[in-house]
Amino acid sequence: MTKPLLASEVGKKVEEGVPGSVVRAQGDTLWVHPERLLEVCRLLKETPGLELTYLVAITGVDYIEYFEVVYHLVSIRHNHSLVLKVQVYGRDEPTVPSVVSVWQGADYQEREVYDLMGVRFAGHPNLKRILTWEGFPGHPLRKDHLGA
Amino acid sequence: MTLQGEPVIINIGPQHPSTHGVFRLRVLFDGEVVQDLEPVFGYLHRGTEKLAEERAYTQIVTLTDRLDYVSSMTNNHAYVLAVEKLARIRPTERGMYLRVIAAELSRLASHLVATGFFLQDLGAFATPLMYCFRERERILDLMEMLCGARITFSYMRPGGVFQDAPPDFWPAIQQFLSEMPHYLDELEHLLTENEVILARTKGVGILPAQVAINCSVSGPVLRASGVQWDIRKVDPYDVYDRLEFDIPVGTHGDCYDRMMVRLQEMRQSLRILGQAVRDIPSGPARAPVPFFLRPPPGEAYAHVESPKGELGFYLVSDGGISPYRCKIRSPSFINLTPLRELLRGWKMADLIVIFGSIDINMGEVDR
Repeated sequence: MTKPLLASEVGKKVEEGVPGSVVRAQGDTLWVHPERLLEVCRLLKETPGLELTYLVAITGVDYIEYFEVVYHLVSIRHNHSLVLKVQVYGRDEPTVPSVVSVWQGADYQEREVYDLMGVRFAGHPNLKRILTWEGFPGHPLRKDHLGA
Repeated sequence: MTLQGEPVIINIGPQHPSTHGVFRLRVLFDGEVVQDLEPVFGYLHRGTEKLAEERAYTQIVTLTDRLDYVSSMTNNHAYVLAVEKLARIRPTERGMYLRVIAAELSRLASHLVATGFFLQDLGAFATPLMYCFRERERILDLMEMLCGARITFSYMRPGGVFQDAPPDFWPAIQQFLSEMPHYLDELEHLLTENEVILARTKGVGILPAQVAINCSVSGPVLRASGVQWDIRKVDPYDVYDRLEFDIPVGTHGDCYDRMMVRLQEMRQSLRILGQAVRDIPSGPARAPVPFFLRPPPGEAYAHVESPKGELGFYLVSDGGISPYRCKIRSPSFINLTPLRELLRGWKMADLIVIFGSIDINMGEVDR
């Protein structure tokens, strides 16, 4: 079985490497400050014992007062998993740092979150719409986007 | 002597037999050699995730059928596992076995389609594809016995499956299991001893393991690169932890390995089916679950090893009758991430072969 890592313990390690980055930890879920995300991701990927080398999925969730971007991470060597989350406020241009430089698998997934949820990823090499067309109005997975 | 020409941009698709659906590649060629490319998706985008937000949990099963439409059973499977995790439903024993049987039959059907179309992409027009489809028809007959449908099954439900297998299903699957190994031998003979296939696939489109992991590639494409990672083994669901099977892996990560991994996986699926059919307990096929489920507020991520790779559903509940958010982690979509690394430097004819060896399904890429 893939073992969910205890976020409070991972949080301690993250806090040592990147001070002031952890917001809270609960179960297997770790919330971090968006501006420190890139450093945290590098640390999670490279620290021996964690080695979360495989980015399973990136999800955007619209909680109306804020957006949450969820990263499901897995270590192939140790077979354990962690859920990493960041929260961004504001509906005009919510922005999260891009993690493509850490995991290349984030490339299309971040474009998808941008396209459908309207969260921008700063530093993404080619951030443009991927599933809808270029002139599509709005971001369809937002709660205030009315379907056809 | 090298000829220097103007680089040319060629559109492959959206309507092209080798794109397996509606997919477009904008490729920059220098002569015959791929310099750069940009994939264009979305022609089949139907907003499945948005549609799921306004349907009851039990109704979404029908939406999942339309993701990877050559393997609807595994889509159902991933979704019901996520709902069960979210709503803390315990499926029945018989239901779990029936789900595993359905999922493995689906894997066989999907790998047959993948192999058949791969040979078609190689230029072996229609005949080998029809060999593969002949066997797939038999699997679809079995599926029809289970649920009455041949493509969009909607067979699984939170708590089990929607109905038990009819009595004549068991002799039919026994006969299928006794005949299929012989057919796979035939197919393997065809694939491994044909010089054209060997020349066009061995050493072509190599994907190193490190690149595959970094690009979040999953399924047979990842395993062909030598990474032993199969959700059925590393994070078993339903009854996979009680069944014996091996994970075939490749060594080079080329097109040949990807094809052979699928072929060997079909043999393992037959092994799993044999054990599941032998061990299936009697009892109800489905636990009583209300039509309008109201899972407690929270979230769940459940994943299965679908024929294409890791298929996951991430559900967020706000306590209502439909999910607040339903995210689909689709393997076909994410397996396309290393496309540029795979195709750069190869010729036009190899591009078709390498792209075919990834085995994508546009229903799942575009959702």
